[in-house]
Amino acid sequence: MIADLLLAAAIAAVATGSVLARRAFTAVALFIAYGLLLSLAWVRLAAPDVAMTEAAIGAGLSGVLLLGAVRRLGPHADAPANLPPGLLLTALIGIGCAGVAAALGAAILWLPEPAPTLAPQVAAALPTTGLGNAVTGVLMSFRGLDTLLEAAVVVLAVIAVWSLAPDGGWGSAPGARQPVVGRGPLSLLARMLPPIGIVVAAHILWVGADAPGGKFQAAAILAAMWLLPWLAGLATPPRIAAPWLRMAVVAGPVLFIVVGLAGAAVEGAFLAYPPGWAKPLIKSIEVVLTASIAVALALLVMGPPEPDAPR
Amino acid sequence: MAEFLSIAALLVFATAAVGLLRVLRGPGDPDRVMAAQLLGTGGIAALLLAGVAMSAPALVDLALILALLAAFASVALARAAPPHDREPPR
Amino acid sequence: MSLLANGFTIVAVLAGLVFFVAGTAGLLRFPDTSSRLHALTKADHLGLGLIVLGLLPQVGGVGEAARLLAIWALVMLSSAAVGPMIARLTRGQEGAE
Repeated sequence: MIADLLLAAAIAAVATGSVLARRAFTAVALFIAYGLLLSLAWVRLAAPDVAMTEAAIGAGLSGVLLLGAVRRLGPHADAPANLPPGLLLTALIGIGCAGVAAALGAAILWLPEPAPTLAPQVAAALPTTGLGNAVTGVLMSFRGLDTLLEAAVVVLAVIAVWSLAPDGGWGSAPGARQPVVGRGPLSLLARMLPPIGIVVAAHILWVGADAPGGKFQAAAILAAMWLLPWLAGLATPPRIAAPWLRMAVVAGPVLFIVVGLAGAAVEGAFLAYPPGWAKPLIKSIEVVLTASIAVALALLVMGPPEPDAPR
Repeated sequence: MAEFLSIAALLVFATAAVGLLRVLRGPGDPDRVMAAQLLGTGGIAALLLAGVAMSAPALVDLALILALLAAFASVALARAAPPHDREPPR
Repeated sequence: MSLLANGFTIVAVLAGLVFFVAGTAGLLRFPDTSSRLHALTKADHLGLGLIVLGLLPQVGGVGEAARLLAIWALVMLSSAAVGPMIARLTRGQEGAE
């Protein structure tokens, strides 16, 4: 109980600080701390799968993505020092925020008791998939279509980011050219961490079948392990025109769709797995999806090619 | 033993949360990076203590992810901090 | 035997806690950034290290213990890399002022 109160207070304090910060860098530093605390909150809510995703994507990758955005914004990133909003605007913002807070509070107070749940059905049907982790069962089997669409959205996001490439930048390497650091602490970390991180990612992906873990978490770790040498200037990303890079981004969703169509042909329903084949099929899709999502997440953080990118 | 470890987890987390004041106050960017780093380490320690106390190996895996990604985020923060710092006075 | 192991755990975890409290106190109370960095790295290395050491007798298998030690090693590696980067950043910013 004390832990929950402390956690809630810390989350509220960090969120407020992030909104009130005048400088974009401060806001991002607070946002990373916020993601970390949210991850602990998911642990307290007995949702370790979500906690892992929040730690990997919310605190880690999103924070670094926002740092890239701050750099791109340049001098416009920081709020101007003296620009008090008018009285009317202040009142409207206050009314809007109070309205959202009241609506959220009402929605939570009026939740039906007991809450509607599909958990018993999931627990009853889980043995048919051969998996031990109910979350993976829901994501890959019972609600496989949602996961397929999620994976497709990541591909769409990469296309959207690339379409922001400036004139003359299309097809060249993504992101800003990072200065080479050669030696020193960053270079050391960028050389030593990725091998460890790849092992950890494989572990998280593999235990995902029976314990908390899975593809999005593993993909986020892999993406970070690619971005680290990129930040240190040790690894030049491939040109976005490279066919293998584009193949890598779409391979996971394409395999998922192919398996889904095969299920429609054999079992009569899109994304249905033949009995006994569920676990091997799910694990194969997950392995390829992990690679695709990792590449896509890293490309999203690197951003579109810039005019000075190596050609 | 489980109770002792749970209380220790709470205390470590509380300590790291108090360190958050440094992220909020600053004054400089290095201070913010440091406080975020301390929060990461404190979170990892609390997760390990809680994971052993409740014998939940998933929490140890989560601490592993946190250790990797916190290192990544700290490096990116230290790298991206602008050369001029200090929040402007209000 | 189990009494000895439990005693070891309690002593080590308490010692780790002391370093975390000292690190936070230093981070909040020390006057300048370099001293605060000094306080932080002690919490990172010794605080977490002692807690991991204290937890070792309580875990079931060798694999679990290896995972705990790996986390400690990871944090030490990253803290050792981030520390000098922060120090360099501090020097750069103080020079710019």
